[in-house]
Formats: sequence, structure tokens, C-alpha cells
Amino acid sequence: MSEYLTTIGLEIHLQLATKTKAFCGCQNKFGQSPNTAVCPVCLGFPGSLPVLNKEYFLCAIKVALALDSEVAEKMKFDRKNYFYPDLPKNYQISQYDMPLSKGGFIEITIDNAVKKIGITRVHMEEDAGKLIHDEKEPFSYVDYNRTGTPLLEIVSEPDIASPDEAYSYLVCLKSVLSYLDVSDCNMEEGSLRCDANISIRPKQQKELGTKVELKNMNSFKGVKRALEYEQKRQLETILAGEKIVQETRLWNEDKKRTEPMRTKEEAHDYRYFPDPDLADFTISRDIVDKIRESLPETPQVKCNRFKDEYNLSEYDASVLVMDKPLSDFFEACVKLYAKPKYIANWLIGELQSYLNEHNSEFKLLSITPRHLTEMIELIDKGVINNKLAKDILKEILSTGKTAGNIVKEKGISQITDKSAIQQLAYEVLKENPKVRDDYVSGKKNALGFLVGQLMKKTQGKANPAIANQVLKHIIEKDKT
Amino acid sequence: MQEYCKLSANQLKEDIASKNIKAADIASSLISRYDKVEPKINGFAHFDKEILLGRADTIDKDPKGPKNSPLNKVPVVIKDNICVENELTTCASKILDGFRPPYDATVVAKLKSSGALLAGKANMDEFAFGSSCETSCYGPTKNPYDLNRIPGGSSGGSAALVAADETVLALGSDTGGSIRQPAALCGVVGMKPTYGRVSRYGLIAFGSSLDQIGPITKDVTDSAILLSVISGYDPMDSTSVDISVPDYTKSLAEDVKGLKIGLPREYFIEGLDKDVKERVSAAISVLKELGAEFIEISLPHTEYAVSVYYIVGCSEASSNLARFDGVQYGSRENRDSLMDMYKATRKRGFGPEARRRIILGTYSLSSGYYDAYYLKAQKVRMLIKNDFDEAFKRCGLILTPTSPTPAFKIGEKIKDPLSMYLSDIFTIPANLAGIPAISIPCGYSKEGGLPIGLQLMAKHFDEETLIRTAYTYEQNANWKKVRPNL
Amino acid sequence: MDIKKDTIRYVADLARIGLDSGEEELFAKQLNDILHYMDKLNKLDTKGVEPMSHAASMGNVFRKDKIERSLSSEQALKNSPDKKDSFFKVPRIIE
Repeated sequence: MSEYLTTIGLEIHLQLATKTKAFCGCQNKFGQSPNTAVCPVCLGFPGSLPVLNKEYFLCAIKVALALDSEVAEKMKFDRKNYFYPDLPKNYQISQYDMPLSKGGFIEITIDNAVKKIGITRVHMEEDAGKLIHDEKEPFSYVDYNRTGTPLLEIVSEPDIASPDEAYSYLVCLKSVLSYLDVSDCNMEEGSLRCDANISIRPKQQKELGTKVELKNMNSFKGVKRALEYEQKRQLETILAGEKIVQETRLWNEDKKRTEPMRTKEEAHDYRYFPDPDLADFTISRDIVDKIRESLPETPQVKCNRFKDEYNLSEYDASVLVMDKPLSDFFEACVKLYAKPKYIANWLIGELQSYLNEHNSEFKLLSITPRHLTEMIELIDKGVINNKLAKDILKEILSTGKTAGNIVKEKGISQITDKSAIQQLAYEVLKENPKVRDDYVSGKKNALGFLVGQLMKKTQGKANPAIANQVLKHIIEKDKT
Repeated sequence: MQEYCKLSANQLKEDIASKNIKAADIASSLISRYDKVEPKINGFAHFDKEILLGRADTIDKDPKGPKNSPLNKVPVVIKDNICVENELTTCASKILDGFRPPYDATVVAKLKSSGALLAGKANMDEFAFGSSCETSCYGPTKNPYDLNRIPGGSSGGSAALVAADETVLALGSDTGGSIRQPAALCGVVGMKPTYGRVSRYGLIAFGSSLDQIGPITKDVTDSAILLSVISGYDPMDSTSVDISVPDYTKSLAEDVKGLKIGLPREYFIEGLDKDVKERVSAAISVLKELGAEFIEISLPHTEYAVSVYYIVGCSEASSNLARFDGVQYGSRENRDSLMDMYKATRKRGFGPEARRRIILGTYSLSSGYYDAYYLKAQKVRMLIKNDFDEAFKRCGLILTPTSPTPAFKIGEKIKDPLSMYLSDIFTIPANLAGIPAISIPCGYSKEGGLPIGLQLMAKHFDEETLIRTAYTYEQNANWKKVRPNL
Repeated sequence: MDIKKDTIRYVADLARIGLDSGEEELFAKQLNDILHYMDKLNKLDTKGVEPMSHAASMGNVFRKDKIERSLSSEQALKNSPDKKDSFFKVPRIIE
């Protein structure tokens, strides 16, 4: 693979979370009963006409600006004509040659360096409906609730050079977009969809290789896996002396491979022409400036601010800002209890592990800033130690109870009473004479083991520092 | 029984006020006329006596009804490409067989609010594709003045029903002359408002950048009344224009003194039908005597209008009609595969003219041809509009014949699409430019007594000058109106 | 420039319209006549002319992001030639 270069381009479809659809007043909400969030316009009934949702227009400009994409002075809508049952008018209202914006970029961090991935364009278009295929009988069923949902299509330049970069692009894109609060950006729920184009070529070759389109990935990791598989498949194909076929392949998550689409790929002639039902749109520089001023702090700016204001490391700051709700939570905690580094550690360490374990997102948790700061205060007061705190945090996350209440209920405060610890220390030393001898003969780590044993005896409740001190003291005393 | 259906809306309004006529009586008059005359005319696509009587009953029983509305209890027939909630709306096509829209077109809602008596759906060329009303799946409508001849199209049903007194008022739609040409051929008044004056929401689209709904009436006064009710900005239609609606009845005044009227040389060509030429010249004389000044003007790109219209119109239509595929509404030809279902449904559901226009439109939008056809046509369209802008610097109104000939025989042109298209040659340019235009009767042909129409065109949103001039001529015309012999 | 039967067949396919063989020929001839008539457009010089895609001059027409009443699924499906529960039903699409 080192003899070959990979070129990847990503096409994202983002559903915007406006109250109503792109061109009509139906509610824009996921998960409603089939064919109940529909009207003559989004059903494409004869005689119906589209009218553009102003909020969609404004959100679209927000996204373009956040991606540093140049917002057009004039834009229009075009009809993309093709036949499919999930497309009620058998054309999609989209944008062809005068889209919302052109150019732009996303910065990703790869191999500890920052790389700019270019964005070709951002355009507006309406979503199609949902098709369900009958398992047994040769029929399909259509639900038009989703038709007319406002979408943005974000097309990247083919600047992405590896599946890792592609993954990073998606994570960074989601991070930037989540700051705008215009979309749930959730691939699993379908509010963010991603198609990829990938080709490989020998290092010396200037011309790009034949590209293959990949569809049907359902998660960011899925995109990465699909690209990794396809990259390998293309390499093997070329090394075997065969040619890459230009085609669309579907990612099969179960079998972990890409497969050619079963239908014969017809070259689509979409016959784009300006939609005569929609007026042209002039986007004044005043509106653009006003929206630009109202944009929230970008993740990049916030990251720098965190480094300066809270003295966090680049790594810590960047992890926190990746997720806007998390970074907001962090700042709220610091306001209550001014120990930013400490708070950051908990959020980046234990909390992230919890999220990974439960495959969840921060904003779905029901923890409040006070929950965390109260717990940290208890550690500082010596009521609990770090080990106990880890368990308590898990309890907080699953029950929502406060640290104070959990400590009371379960009686799991830290043992700090010296005499109690002393008692246990004698027991530990009696049970582990060889280790004690090891320590005496110079093996300093042996003390750690003894402390560990004492911790075990107290189910982690003993204050480790005191335990350490007491054990050492007893051993020293006994030496003499 | 009083023949209310033979009155104009204005006359009927006065009678209703003075004699307290019930909607039920008016409905009975319509039904009686229908029974007598409809078998000869075939002007309706859908007519239901029970529904009509039910509606009349509702109007009569409504204490809060709009009693002061000029349209209260007045019968209006709606062209079958305009949606009426829960009523059959099929565009005279098999592919929309049984379709009952779950909503009213905006103009229909306005009529209902004004207390009008909706009196059925008028026959038309299928999807408004035609100039003769011969492509309807319900069979052709006949011209009341000669049952062997066409009434014009595509609003042939609307025009014939008004001419035959099967209704008092009608709504039609005009994309390339579909209100004006049948109005001329049937001896009634037909107006195409400025593009954007009347909402298109609920009008089943043919050429979206060309279509307008407009009134077809017995005289100019009724046209002004109906236009005032249906006009206005509609937030459901992005192409409707937010300009206030004047009271058009205030333009019903005899006054053309000093009005400069342009006569475009491209319309007064060699070989114009001699009756048409004679009647239009006579009308010009009348207006001259009343003080109008005539000047010769040129609209140099007129010869390209038909080509531009068919490319733009068919391109838009090919996209607008893509939704008729048997999935959500209308008729479906069941097949095992989706592709076969689409093809069979659209083959069986659309008549030959519809299929021809869809194919022409698809071709002109297709890859490799878009620049040469669609894009080119839209540029020439701009040139045609500029011609009018230039002309209106020199005159306030333009006068032309509406149709190159009076009504031709049924079957005469149907096999020759191109020759059929050329019969729209005088009406098409107004749709391309978006300007308002009206056709008013100006007499009959010497042999056969076939109606002949005079067309007036005005600047954007200047329906007032159209109405004033049309009214002036109508009140001073020196020929006598002849009712069709039915 | 002459349209052949297979062009008609290709375009009819794009438009999802079935045609008999007889019709393919008839339409080819009719379309040829019509397009031949339209050739005159090509003789016109339109350099620098903007295409006119809208007849009315309104621009920037919007609606408020306010929820309006939707149809019930009964109303939506009322005209459907084939349905099952609350879904529109079509012949199976192969994916």
C-alpha cells in the first residue's frame, strides 16, 4: 500500500432540525406514524406548489459560514428529474449550477498535524420518503413522512488521503455542525448520511485512478471500515493485474465487505432545469454578516480559549470542545468549583469510558454540573477517595442521585481513622510475611502490594495515603 | 321556469337582490338547460345534479352567507384542471381517473367564500394540451354555433358552456391561449390575467412559467367582476405577486380618447382569414371613432414564439406530469416490476398528444440537447418580452386578432400536430411575456355565422386598460349578438 | 438533424412511457417535423441574452417556520390505487 496513494471524497447529506419541512408546513419530526406528517405539497399532489421555509434558508447560511464556504449572492433551485416511488413528484427540488455556497474547508488533526480538507460546495435539497420492502411478497411500501425534509448536501474535495482521515473529517464536521444546533448530526438515526468515493493510484501517477462509490454505511466507524475494506480490495485487484470497474458498491456491515449493487447501474440523465415554481433568491451581504456575527464560538476558538483561560493541555482542550454540550458542562462545573484540570480529568477519563461502554453521547446523560463538583468536593474533603469516586460516578450516571446521598445510603465513606487502618495493617502484614520481608530488603514496590491488600480488605474504602503511611510506620517500627 | 342561466352575472345579481331568487331555483334552471343542450355540446367533464342541488340548498340555508358579494348564488363552472376538494378533478385524462383532491385550489376557496354556486367541472383538452378540445378522454366538446366544429381549446368546455348558457360564469386556464382562443371561437369574453395576478395553487400544472387561471364570461362586466374575486397574492404560490387588487369594475367606463393602440405588423399578415380581417378592421374603426389612436408597431420576434412556447411549455410539462405514475392517485396498470408498471400506466393513461408533448419536453431537456433547445428557447423568450417592453413605450395597448381563423371542423387538424400548434400563433406571445390579454367578440363570419374574436394586450398588471377598452368597444359595437341555435 | 426510432425509444424510456412500435415511428416523424420547424431558433443570435425562467418579478419568497395542519393518513391514501395499512403499496423494487 505504501507504493500507492488513496484519494477519497465524501458526500454528506445533513437533515436540518427546523420545525417544519423545506417547502411546506408539515412538522419536521422523526418517528411519526406513517403518512401522517404529509400534505398536498410534500405529497406532490397535482396542483400543489412549494414555498421555501425561511428558517431552512437561514440555517443553511449558518452552516455554509461555519464551513468557511462562500455564500452565493444569487442562488436558485433546480429540478432533478428521475422516477422512484419515494419521490412523489418524480423530481427532487435541488440546486445545480447556482448552489447556496462554494468552497470552504474543515481542519482535521492527523498524525499530530493539522490538515485542511477542502469543501467543494454546499447545496439545499429536499429529502425523499422511506421505502420498506416486504420480506415475503414482491411489494414495497412507501411512507412519505420524510419527503420534503430540509437537507444540506456537503461535498468534500477529494483531499482525503486515508480511511483514518475520512473518519477524522466526519468527527470534525460533526463537531463544527453540532455547535450550530441546526441538526442532530446522527448517522444511526439518519439525520446525517454519508456516501464515499474512493480510488487508488501508483505513487508516480498523476492521474487519479478509477473511482468507486460506496453507499450504505451507517456510522462513522462503518465509513472507516468500508473505506479500509475497499482500499484493500482495490489494491488486490490491481496487483492481480485486473482493472477497477467504475461502479457503486454497497457496504455490508454484517459481512464486513463491499458488494456491487444488484440493479444495473443506469447512467442517470437528470435533466436539471430551473424550477419555475420557485423565485430566485438574492442573499444580501447584510444578512450574511448578521448571521456570521450570531454564530457561536467555533470549536477551534473555544479550544484556544480553554487552553488560555483554564490552563488545559492541547489534548484536554481539544477533547472537551469536540462535543459542545460537554464543553458547556465543563465550564459550568468550573464556575461552581474552580478546579478546571481536575474536572477535565474526570470528564475526559471516567466519563468518556462510561460513554464508550454504553455507546452513548454526552447530551443524553442526566448528570448536572453540581453532581460532579459535589463529588470532587467530597474527594478533596477526604470523605471518599478516587477509587470510591469512580464507583460513585457510575452510580450517579445510572441513578441520578447525588454523591452525598449515595455515600450516606451505602455508607461508603472513606476510612481515615488511623487506628482502624492500623488494625488492618497488622492483619495484612501477618498474612503477607514474605512481601514484608521483600520490602525490608529493599524492594520498594512491595509496599504498594501491601497497600493494595489493605485496600482490598476495606473494599477500597481506606485512604490509600494513610494506609501507605501506617504500613510503612509499622514496618519501620518493627525493624527496630 | 325562469331561464336564469341565460343571464349575465351582473343581471342575475340585480335580479337576486330585487326578487330574492333562491339558489335552488337557479340550480333548477341550470339542470333544465343541461338536459336540453348538453347532449349536443358535451361541455362538462363532470356534472352531478344531486351535488349541485345540495350546494344550492347549503347556500340558501346559510344565514351568514355573503349576501352582498357580487357572486352570491351565481353559477360558476370550473375547468377540470382546477382542484375542487373531494370532487372529481381529472384534467380530462384517464390517468387521473377517479381522483378527488383533498383540498381546494385557492381560486375555488375564494369562490366558495364569495357564495358562488359551483356548477360542475368543464371539459378540456387532456392536461390542457390542445387548441380544439379534441383530446379529452370524455370526447370532444362541440362549438355551440356549429356542432361539427371545435370550440377551441384547451378551455373548450368552459367557453362552450358559457356560450350555450349552460352556466353564467366559467374559469379556464391559459398557457398559450387556452382561454382566449376558445372564447373567440365561441363568441364569449375570455381573459388571461398578468402572470402572478391569480394564484396557481390548485391548478394542475402544464407550463408552470406560463399558466394562469382566468375568467370566461358572457360580457366584459362579468369578466371584471370575476377577475376581482379571484385575483390576489397567495402565500401558497411563490410565483403569485404581492400587488394590491384594484376594483376592476371601476374600469367599466367608456373612455378610449387619446389611447394609443399598437397594431403589430407581424399579426396582420397576408393570408389572414378574410372574415377575421374584416371584423377586426371594423372594430378598429369603431375604436378610432371613439377617439383611440392607432399606430403601427413591430414585434420582430413574433415568428419564433410558437417554437419557444412548445419547447419551454413541453419541457416544463414533461417534468410536471412525471408525478402521474399510478403510485399515489389515478389509474394504475398493475405489473410485476415497477418499471413495467410505470410504463404501462403512463402509456394507457395518457393520450397521444400528452405522450407526444412529454417526449418532446424530455428530449429538449436531455443531456446534450438542453443548450440547443431549452436554454435557447428561454433566451429567445427574453427577446420576445423585450419586444413588448419596447412597444409599450410607444402605446398603451396592443390590438390583434385572437385566432387566425374562426372555428375549424372537428378532426380537421388533429392528425397534424404542427398545424394545430400554429393556430395559437397570436395568443402565445402574451404568455411568454407574462402580460395580460383579453379576447372579446367582434362579430361573425359571413358564411356560417361563426364567432370571431378581437385580442387586446396590455402592460403587466394593467388589466384596467384592457377592461376599459374592451368595455368601450363592447358598448359601441355595431353588430348584433346572435345566440347559438340549440 | 433527424430523430431516429431509437432516440424516441430512449427518450420514452427516460419519461417512463411505453410506446408501440407503430407509435415510435409516428412520433419520430411528428417530432422531426416539429423540431425542424423549431430549427429557426438556431439562426437567432442570442449572445449576451439572459434566459427568462420567470415571468413574474418576485424574489426571495418565504414562508414562516410554523407548523400547519397535515392531512390524516386516510386523506393522504384515499386516492391510492393500492395500499396496505397506512402505506402506499407498489411492486417490489429490486435493490
